Parts: sequence; structure tokens; C-alpha cells
Amino acid sequence: METFRYLPGVSTLNLNADDCIGCGMCELVCPHGVFQIDSKKAMICDLDGCMECGACATNCPTSAIRVTPGVGCAAYIIQTWFKGKQSPACGSVKCC
Amino acid sequence: MTKSLPTKNRGLAGNDGCCLNGKETGLQPTFVNSSQNEVCCGSPPGPESNSFERAGYQLRHFVEDFIDTPAGAVPRVKTQLDPSDILGTVLVRLGLNRDQYKIAPGLYCVGLPGEDSPVLVTANYKLSFDTLRRELNAVDAWILVLDTRAINVWCAAGKELFSTAEVVRRVEQTALDRVVRHKQLILPQLAATGVSAHQVKKASGFSVRWGPIRASDVKQFMADGMQAEKAMRRVTFSLTERIVLIPVELSHLPKPTLWVLLAIFLLSGIGGHIFSLADAWSRGLMVLVAYGGGIFSGAVAAPILLPWIPGRSFALKGALTGILAGLAVVSVFRAGLHWPEAMALVLISVGVSSYLSMNFTGSTPFTSPSGVEKEMRKAIPLQLAAILVAVVGWVGAAFAG
Repeated sequence: METFRYLPGVSTLNLNADDCIGCGMCELVCPHGVFQIDSKKAMICDLDGCMECGACATNCPTSAIRVTPGVGCAAYIIQTWFKGKQSPACGSVKCC
Repeated sequence: MTKSLPTKNRGLAGNDGCCLNGKETGLQPTFVNSSQNEVCCGSPPGPESNSFERAGYQLRHFVEDFIDTPAGAVPRVKTQLDPSDILGTVLVRLGLNRDQYKIAPGLYCVGLPGEDSPVLVTANYKLSFDTLRRELNAVDAWILVLDTRAINVWCAAGKELFSTAEVVRRVEQTALDRVVRHKQLILPQLAATGVSAHQVKKASGFSVRWGPIRASDVKQFMADGMQAEKAMRRVTFSLTERIVLIPVELSHLPKPTLWVLLAIFLLSGIGGHIFSLADAWSRGLMVLVAYGGGIFSGAVAAPILLPWIPGRSFALKGALTGILAGLAVVSVFRAGLHWPEAMALVLISVGVSSYLSMNFTGSTPFTSPSGVEKEMRKAIPLQLAAILVAVVGWVGAAFAG
């Protein structure tokens, strides 16, 4: 999103170009236009636009994309500090 | 009146809610000759039961009728919202009635769909469902509603409720392959976080077509041969989209505020006289206003002014608006304040505003969890420090003064 930029250099998004088959699914599902297909390979053209929603990784047929998806909700993150990542707070039904 | 009723029925009159002032008549069945005087208690009886009603189920008001399909009757829903739908939307937007604002999962339809009509998939949060159906005026389509536990599409996808498994399960449960001849589902793009298109295809035989993000683009998407242009595939965060989130942000506050109130009045009463109720009230009120200023600047002003406040970190943005709010509060009370007290009021406003603004990251469509965690590690110690210094300054001033 061009009008809204968040902290740079933090996204855990990673693309393994060797495994990419250029299907374009990541470019299609990304809500922030992070990917571009160039000569039958996906490339990350706006890493800092990534919000780590995980749509690309979930829909990559060759698992060429890795990202640690999560819930960017402060209350949840505080809980994970005390109770660990397995804390069900936000993974469960009631949150946000 | 019908005095001839058998006396053994009299005992039931109380439960009937009927004929309260006609004790001797006892149970008054409405089917007994209902000419003028005999209508119960003035108000006429409601309409006859709808022929679509079934024992043990409740017919929802948005269901127009049912159409027959090889997989059974499918409810056809209205594409216009009723006043009760709008009221429901207002209530959930205000943070009231947010639990279980849902509809039953399963297959619905709009218009007069046939075996070649498209299948739109959505969440069973009623707000999501209403948002979709109101855009489908004059469209013939099936709507497959998943059980996302009354959570909207994107959040449900993030929680793995709007998931590959749920899509596959619901396609099977509704026997969708007997209702339509094609093998295609249209999913909202934001569901891609939880649904893997290639795995749905493998498990159900149905291919996933990614529809636009917003329901308001669905008609155009279908008119363009199931193609979404770039703008339909990007999330936005307009002023209106930010403003509608504010009431829900505020609705989380009453509970912690009770504890804050207690702390404010306890700390404001402490001083040279050990504890003064008069001080607790008069000084406490000033802190309360500073707290309110922090809430306003962090949970209302910061979301509204988001793109125009300098900085990228939300905690910083909230701190900046919090400084302004704190200075405004100090200028109101300036006559009776020593400098440590003025500083304390500003710091309270800054700390509260910064935290609430940081918490707003959870409601935006562009902040990454890695970024949120990074700024939180820096900001929370500073927010706590601000509050601590404020408390020391505030209580210390009471002893010095």
C-alpha cells in the first residue's frame, strides 16, 4: 500500500527462486503487490510492503515461499511473551 | 366472553400472557369465535406461521423462500438489507453484540441460480454475509457459507477457520457437486491466507478462483469474465475504513479503566496527610482528564490522522498525538499545577496514547507481526517508564506541595 508504509526490513518473507515455477499465484493473492513475475519467475519487488499474512506461502504449489505468518495484535504478542507462541489467545476464536 | 370453558384450564391462564384482566375466563383460545370483543387483550394475533418454518429451526428474516435442488431445498436470500440488518451492523460496529453475530453455515442462493451459476464462498459472520448479499442484486448465484465461527473472512483465514479443510468439508456437506455442473468456487482474495487453492482442488475436485477483495467489486468481477483488475486486488485503509474501527477499539477499554480509576484516586489522595479524600477527588479528576486525553489521542485521533502523523512506528505516532493532548490538558489546569505535576499529566497522556495507538496495529491491513513485535520491544519499556515517572512526579508533588 503506497500511502501506508510500516517498519522497513522486518518481514520474514523469503522466496526460493530455484523452486519457483512462475505460476503467478503469489502475485495474484498478495494484497500488497509484493511480488512480480519476471521472465517466468516470481520476484519480491516490495519486501517492506509485506505484512506477513501468509497468503503467498499457503498458495505456492511448490512451497518456494516461506514466511512466518502471525497476528499483528499487540495484546496477543504480549501474551506470547509470557505464555509462549503456543498461547491460544488469538489462534482461538475470541480475539481482535 | 366464553364462560363455558372447562374450569380445569383456568390454571394455565397465567402462563398464557393473555387476558390478564379476565380471570374468570381462564385460558382463552384465540380460535374461539374471534369477533371484536373476543380478540385477546386488544392486540391482534401475529401472522400465520410461514410454510417454510420447520420444527426446531428458526427461519431467518433475510430468507425470501427456498428453491429445490437435487441436493435439497436451498434458501434464497434477499439482496436488500432490512432495518434490523442495519441495526445489527451498527451494534457490532459499536462493539456491542459482537459475540455470535452469525448465520448458519451451508448453501444459500440469490436470484434464480441454475447448475451453471457461479458459487461464491464467504464467512458466516453476519456482517460479511450481509456485505456480500447486498451487492448481488439481480445476480443469479450460489453462496456457500463456511463455518468461520462468526469471524470475518480475513481474520478467520488468519486463524485457520476460513481454511482449506473447511472449504472441502462444506463442499461435501452441501453436496455441491449435485447442485452445480461446473467445478469452480469463487473465494474472496483475502481468504488466501487460510485456503490453499491447489489443495482444495486436490481434495474436492473444485478449483478456486480468487475473487476481488471487496464484495462491492464482485459484480464487476463477474461481468469481466471472472477477472479482477489490479485495484480490486489491493487492500485500502481509507479514512472511512479507519473511522468505523474506532468504536470497537474504545469498546475494549471500560474494563481496564475500572482499575485505572481505582489507581488514579488512590495515588491522587496520597500526600502529607497520608490520605486525603478531597485531594483524591480534585487531583484525581485532573489525572482522569489526562487519561481521557490519552485515550482520545491514541484510540481516536491517531487512527484518524494515521497517514499524516510523522513516523512509521505506531507507538511513536501515538506518543506524538499524546504530547499534544497532554499539553492541552495541562493548559486547562495550569493555574493550580507545579511543574512536576504538569509533567506527570503530559506523561500519562503520552503513555496511554502511545500504547493504544500501538494496539491499533492489530486492526490495520498493512502492519506485519514482525514489525509490531519489534516496535513493542522498544516501546513498552518506554511507555511503562513514562507512567512510572508520572506517578513519582504526581505523588511526590503532593508531599512537596
